[in-house]
Amino acid sequence: MTSTDSIPGAKTGGGRVGDSPLRPDGTLKVTGQFAYSSDLWHEDMCWGVTLRSPHPHARILGIDTTEALATPGVYAVLTADDVPGENAVGLEHLDTPALARDIVRYEGEPVALVAADHPETARRAAKKIVVTYEELPALTDPRRALDPDAPQVHEQGNLVREVTIRRGDASPTAPVVVSLEFEVGMQDQAFLGPESGLAVPAEDGGVDLYVATQWLHVDQAQVCRVLGLPPEKVRLTLAGVGGAFGGREDLSMHVHACLLALRTGKPVKMCYSREESFYGHVHRHPAWLRYEFGAQPDGRLVYGKADILFDGGAYASSTGAVVGNGGTLGLGPYDFPSVHVTARGVYTNNPPCGAMRGFGCVQAAFAHEALMDELAEAVGLDEVEIRALNGMREGDRNITGQLIDSAAPVAELIRTVRDLPLPPERTSTDLRELPGGVSNTTHGEGVVRGIGYAVTYKNVGFSEGFDDYSTARVRLEMSGGEPVVTVHTAAAEVGQGLIAVEQQIARTELGVERVVVHPKDTTVGSGGSTSASRQTYVTGGAVKAACEAVRTTVLARAGQRCGQTGLRLDGDKIVATSGEVVATLVEVLGDDAVEETVERRHRPTRPIDPETGQGDAHVQYAFSAHRAVVDVDVELGLVKVVALDTAQDVGKAINPDAVVGQIQGGSAQGMGLALMEEIVVTDGHVRNPSFTDYLIPTILDMPPMQIEVLEYADPHAPYGVRGVGEPPTISSGPAVAAAVRAATGKALRRVPIRPEHITGT
Amino acid sequence: MDFLAPTTWADALAAKAEQPDAVPVAGGTDVMVEINFDRRRPRALLDLTRVPELSEWGRTDDGRIRLGAGVTYSRIIAELRDELPGLAMAARTVGSPQIRNRGTVGGNLGAASPAGDSHPPLLACDAVVEVASVRGSREVPAAEFYTGPKRNALAPDELIAAVLIPRATGPQQFCKIGTRNAMVIAVAAFAIALQPQRKAIGTGIGSAAPTPRTAPDAAVFLAGEIDAAGLWESRGPLPEGLAVEFGRKVRDAASPIDDVRGSAAYRLHSLSVMARRAATWAWDDFRSEDRRAA
Ligand SMILES: Cc1cc2nc3c(=O)[nH]c(=O)nc-3n(C[C@H](O)[C@H](O)[C@H](O)COP(=O)(O)OP(=O)(O)OC[C@H]3O[C@@H](n4cnc5c(N)ncnc54)[C@H](O)[C@@H]3O)c2cc1C
Repeated sequence: MTSTDSIPGAKTGGGRVGDSPLRPDGTLKVTGQFAYSSDLWHEDMCWGVTLRSPHPHARILGIDTTEALATPGVYAVLTADDVPGENAVGLEHLDTPALARDIVRYEGEPVALVAADHPETARRAAKKIVVTYEELPALTDPRRALDPDAPQVHEQGNLVREVTIRRGDASPTAPVVVSLEFEVGMQDQAFLGPESGLAVPAEDGGVDLYVATQWLHVDQAQVCRVLGLPPEKVRLTLAGVGGAFGGREDLSMHVHACLLALRTGKPVKMCYSREESFYGHVHRHPAWLRYEFGAQPDGRLVYGKADILFDGGAYASSTGAVVGNGGTLGLGPYDFPSVHVTARGVYTNNPPCGAMRGFGCVQAAFAHEALMDELAEAVGLDEVEIRALNGMREGDRNITGQLIDSAAPVAELIRTVRDLPLPPERTSTDLRELPGGVSNTTHGEGVVRGIGYAVTYKNVGFSEGFDDYSTARVRLEMSGGEPVVTVHTAAAEVGQGLIAVEQQIARTELGVERVVVHPKDTTVGSGGSTSASRQTYVTGGAVKAACEAVRTTVLARAGQRCGQTGLRLDGDKIVATSGEVVATLVEVLGDDAVEETVERRHRPTRPIDPETGQGDAHVQYAFSAHRAVVDVDVELGLVKVVALDTAQDVGKAINPDAVVGQIQGGSAQGMGLALMEEIVVTDGHVRNPSFTDYLIPTILDMPPMQIEVLEYADPHAPYGVRGVGEPPTISSGPAVAAAVRAATGKALRRVPIRPEHITGT
Repeated sequence: MDFLAPTTWADALAAKAEQPDAVPVAGGTDVMVEINFDRRRPRALLDLTRVPELSEWGRTDDGRIRLGAGVTYSRIIAELRDELPGLAMAARTVGSPQIRNRGTVGGNLGAASPAGDSHPPLLACDAVVEVASVRGSREVPAAEFYTGPKRNALAPDELIAAVLIPRATGPQQFCKIGTRNAMVIAVAAFAIALQPQRKAIGTGIGSAAPTPRTAPDAAVFLAGEIDAAGLWESRGPLPEGLAVEFGRKVRDAASPIDDVRGSAAYRLHSLSVMARRAATWAWDDFRSEDRRAA
């Protein structure tokens, strides 16, 4: 077991803000000893499985559970009729039944649950449930969703949200006009730990749920509604999370396991298979984008127009907020005098789409970055200078009229990546360095090199007036003659390294080496979502504030003891302004602990104007740029990314190694969308729900990266931090796509770029 | 589910005769996936990993390698790259290191997937599958072994003992298209084996028809044109037009489908490119062998 005090950094007095101490979960994870949610175990537990709809749209005429219930070893079979509370969940709209009643709206929608003494028994019993469906016409082309004769997915119509942004000239014209249409396929989060958890019924009639998730409190509220129980009876604890990327913002098995546990009176474990996982969480919205930029002959932008359509699938999930981002950030980090943007999200009978790293900005970036390259070409500038010329600067207003009131180093970022050393000309005949790798499809024939650039910005934290806060409880006490800090937040560690960050902040603020991070659960207030690149900012900020409150209390006590003011805490000593040690921490604390709980909010954001889309919608922006170098076998359409270099402003790197980790992983995920990652959906059916055919980059697809981290502190944020996790995912893909365009000379207006698109076959 | 674990070949054959529905398992990299997905629920598993001869290979008197059905890809790469270069190149493209440490050619033949990577080089080399049962053993040429998508010529009581593969007498190449640079199922694959002593050329196509298959017209065409131009003897360069035409003929031998991995049109196109390039590389190797020998 690793405990906090075996961290080498902590022992040597390091492990503070700006250091990169080893993560407490790091060694366990790389040695395979970390307990993920799928490893949960309870004496006497039984196993739950889900029966899902095989149809994208159908009426349920009847469900016969008799045979399933009669199967030896089966404890319960549940349908919508067994839901004690309100059969409705959802992040923005309560439009999603916990278990389908009457209608199924997508392939994979949960219809019934089984609990049995063995997962195999449960699966077999589920197959014996007889559901009689009447298939209904399915709406599977989102471009038809708003047609008057389109099948209606929900009673209130197929539009989830429409955002319009209008600014400047109502009908702008310009001497140079470029335009394009772009299409982005459906990406999956492809986290490695499938959805899983354990629900344990409690004596008070409530339930304890251990689950891998991104936001315990929003889960708790939804589970309570379905179970018809108050929050004190539904307690959640975070189990080991194997990646999230937005795919765990919505509920998966949470309510189902609780329903089964309360019905059977037994602990119930549920764990999706990889295939079920593809049906069990939302995906990134596929998008259809139409863009037009007008500019002066010197390349300076005059206007930007965009029309963006997101396929939300069968239930809203976070489509509304994705549309909000796609609209408010959809033209990229550039200065546009006039703006005309419409973004829409619609319901269809395709798989539901929701949050994924980059959230609405990823899709838009492919279009605005491709169009910037077109503009560069039209006015005779290169890809870097067109971006530097038009790039947002501190003091500019973005397309919703919001003042950019901290660093916006677009020009510097793009020039920085340009100036990084380029990879050498290809001379090697090592197959691993060629497109196709050891599959031996070229020895250099047909291989053309291309270079592409992209830059992006992304909002950090929740936007448009959302009450976005986090709670931290910090306790300082003596233990074994040594001061120990316990940090308790409900903010989910999903692999990004938040626990280490919480420790670093507490060490920095209180000067205490031993910092214990309490398990994440709902016995403390909400930490908000681990998404929107927000936890180091918001929960980090809350931990900082709670530490400050603890320090204030300790110094006040010390002041009472010695009758002095102006004291400060220095390690385990209380020091007066004169420099004299007036007391030790041991003396001041005695057997008492000092504990403070703080809720921290960032600056408020505001809803945008419904007509013009103007408003201070976002709290902070994070900027990044990528340069991709690719070798393309233009005859076979195979791509080898040779270099993927980046520069990103992170405000302040609390943990520099973790920052680099986020940038590497995010860049790989963006590259994946550019070249291979797509859930293929035909007529509402997922055709590749497995890692056999849903391809994510391997180590042989991902080049080593040069990473330039800039630290322009945001004066409004704790330590000046800027969210880090999402920007790399946004700018890497468009840079790769641009490089492939440069190598092939093809327009390539769809991602992922498949070999067929390059070869034209 | 019964788990049968014979330790001798005779016991394995007896077990298979007694329980013809027992599913053999070698590396398990296909079988275990199917079981985990609940696509297959055999009444019995017949574990072959304890039968020593299956994981051995040796040289026969007539110039062939007798490759035990249970020899892993990793060993083929390490031990047989000179004698079976085409198969070793194919082995190198299979899955990941973990899969190559367990997966076997016998298993690839047992699964008989049209996308199996062993098949094109086995076809190109005129390999013969040695199958056995308590009734005796027989040899099935690779070209006759694949009888349909994921179907092969084994009778219910038969097991694959080995594959007999002529040792390379000339250069061989294998190419495979996948949409990422490692760990990928073939979208299309092609193998070529030059057999200068016979003035013949062997071919194998993967993932582009219901079964792996050869491209006999293309092979006869190329070998014949080379012969007509006296190139076997002169070892002059391969005229580009010949390679291109060979590529077209290989493409014409295929009958692929559209699926999530690739379009039929792309499969045809990529086959013509791979065949052209592979023929050129093999021929260039043949020429430089001569220079090395000189
Ligand atoms: C992650 C992953 C990646 C993969 N990538 C590739 C790839 O790139 N290329 C590729 O070709 N394959 C790939 N495969 C499939 C698989 O690894 C190969 O088909 C491999 O050759 C199977 O060998 P095995 O020994 O594991 O077979 P097993 O799974 O043990 O058996 C496969 C089949 O052969 C039968 N069988 C095995 N031995 C005998 C015998 N002696 N006599 C009769 N029948 C027998 C079994 O009953 C079964 O039907 C991959 C699989 C996985 C899981």
